[in-house]
Amino acid sequence: MTADSKSDRSSDKAAWEPVIGLEVHCELNTKTKLFCGCRNAFGDEPNTNVCPVCLGLPGSLPVLNIRAVEYAMRIGLALHCEIRPSIFHRKNYFYPDMPKDYQVSQYDAPINVNGWLELPDDSRVRIERAHMEEDTGKTSHIGGGGRIHDADHSLVDYNRAGVPLVEIVSAPDMRSSTQARLYASELRGILVATGASDGRMEEGSMRVDANVSVRPAGTFELGTRCEIKNLNSLRSLGRAIEYEIERQIGLVGAGDKVVQQTRHWNEDEGVTVALRSKEEAFDYRYFPEPDLVPVVPDASWQAEVAASIGPMPAERRDKLAGLLGPEPVSRARADQIATVVEHGLDGLVTAAAGAGVDAALALARTSNEASADPDAARRIEVASFVALLRMEQDGKLSATQSKTVLAEMLENGGDPAEIARRRGFEALDTGSLATVVAEVVAAHPDEWQRYVGGEDKLVGFFTGHVMRASNNRADGKAVAAELRRLRG
Amino acid sequence: MPGQPETGEPGSGTPSLTREDAAYVARLARIDLTDDELDLYAVQLAAVIGHAAEVAALDTEGVEPTAHPLPLRNVTRTDEPRPSLDRAEVLAQAPAVEDGRFRVPPILGEAL
Repeated sequence: MTADSKSDRSSDKAAWEPVIGLEVHCELNTKTKLFCGCRNAFGDEPNTNVCPVCLGLPGSLPVLNIRAVEYAMRIGLALHCEIRPSIFHRKNYFYPDMPKDYQVSQYDAPINVNGWLELPDDSRVRIERAHMEEDTGKTSHIGGGGRIHDADHSLVDYNRAGVPLVEIVSAPDMRSSTQARLYASELRGILVATGASDGRMEEGSMRVDANVSVRPAGTFELGTRCEIKNLNSLRSLGRAIEYEIERQIGLVGAGDKVVQQTRHWNEDEGVTVALRSKEEAFDYRYFPEPDLVPVVPDASWQAEVAASIGPMPAERRDKLAGLLGPEPVSRARADQIATVVEHGLDGLVTAAAGAGVDAALALARTSNEASADPDAARRIEVASFVALLRMEQDGKLSATQSKTVLAEMLENGGDPAEIARRRGFEALDTGSLATVVAEVVAAHPDEWQRYVGGEDKLVGFFTGHVMRASNNRADGKAVAAELRRLRG
Repeated sequence: MPGQPETGEPGSGTPSLTREDAAYVARLARIDLTDDELDLYAVQLAAVIGHAAEVAALDTEGVEPTAHPLPLRNVTRTDEPRPSLDRAEVLAQAPAVEDGRFRVPPILGEAL
């Protein structure tokens, strides 16, 4: 960018290209911490999961949790990374969230490097690295409304200190807040699919920092970036990036410079606020952690870990889409598929489709009804779910009845035929249906004349009456067909 | 190798270190030093860095980098919980405690 180029000094959004990279920290689903046997548990009483190692007491020595290494490898493999011999470093700083005054992390020799993640929009984001490190303790600021710079004092809980993390660093490959959200969402799905993390942003087990810069459209040199922290949901991530892009375009468009700094997202006010300047960035005095030896996963260990992970969300979505037929799936269907995969309920759809149920029906009931209570849906007996869809498909239950039965199955379990019987949901046979329709028609001669005269919308009127008269046992489509038959 | 590094050899001169450099390093380690001490340690630090420069000048072509002095790798433990410390005992070691947590002074230097 040249200072005298007028075209660069425009606040017109189209004249600028945002460049976004994300750093995602995820807590691993291990039973214990990274370097000691204290429990890795969210929400326990403060300072109950602490020991000499994670409190940094003199003479204590860390021993690496093998499960954490395997989870880190799972994440690396799922992101198409190269798994490398790695070592740990000490990152030194003075801040009470780490009692040792350093955090053990991986610095210039991380376990996973050079991967990529493909987004549902077919774009590809490069992964620079995915390394292991330990989490810090949790600090609460007391007084001054809980804000760090007004606080009277702080309280520290070290239960989280030493919990294993993997930090996934993307290349600056994203160009919009939408794409950044898509990346975070897809990455979360992958983390959950590997079993390495539960990816819960609201509990802080997945934390996202965004690096944002802007540059004149059509150029390649990166602009000065700001790092945004405190993004606790996908929504915050999108809003904060949008705000930051506009702020930076406003600055450079007016001929000012972006200052490289860390900024804090204020959710309530919808703004980012400067935390500290990167020019005075902490010098962390990294040096190799002498108490830990290198981690060198050989080919057989890598193969073992690779065999322990199932298919990733993209592959699972493709499989479900394939069940619907060769045509490209609609946006609505794609959303249903994404919902099913996100909640890990693919098995219900594939089992039903495999048993001859229409895949679109199986997908609809799984994404709309079963996904409303995903935990219950994962407990539901697959055979019962399939049996229910069969009943609906064969016209033994109307759609409404089927949803009611499914809701009860999700809540209490049970056999769908039995539930339907108990609720009086057995669909009318054709003869009984014709009788009920004839009775309803006879009771409403005026409406019938209008229907015969061409007012098709009265189908709804008659169907409603037939439903009430039959205690919801009639199938709506069958009623409409019978009405058409009577009209001749 | 203790003491003064060799000087005068081409390409391995003692690097110079200013009092400001020494003060920066001291600040990183939160050590409060007098000006006299800073001058003393600037010379000593320069000697240490000079020694590292000598090592860096060696031909290490084809030598595998040393990741750790011990000839070990992949030292791990299984992911099995072990008892943690008693909280009352832990908190009794702290200068100040509140609400089951360690009470620390307000954290400065984060905000502008």
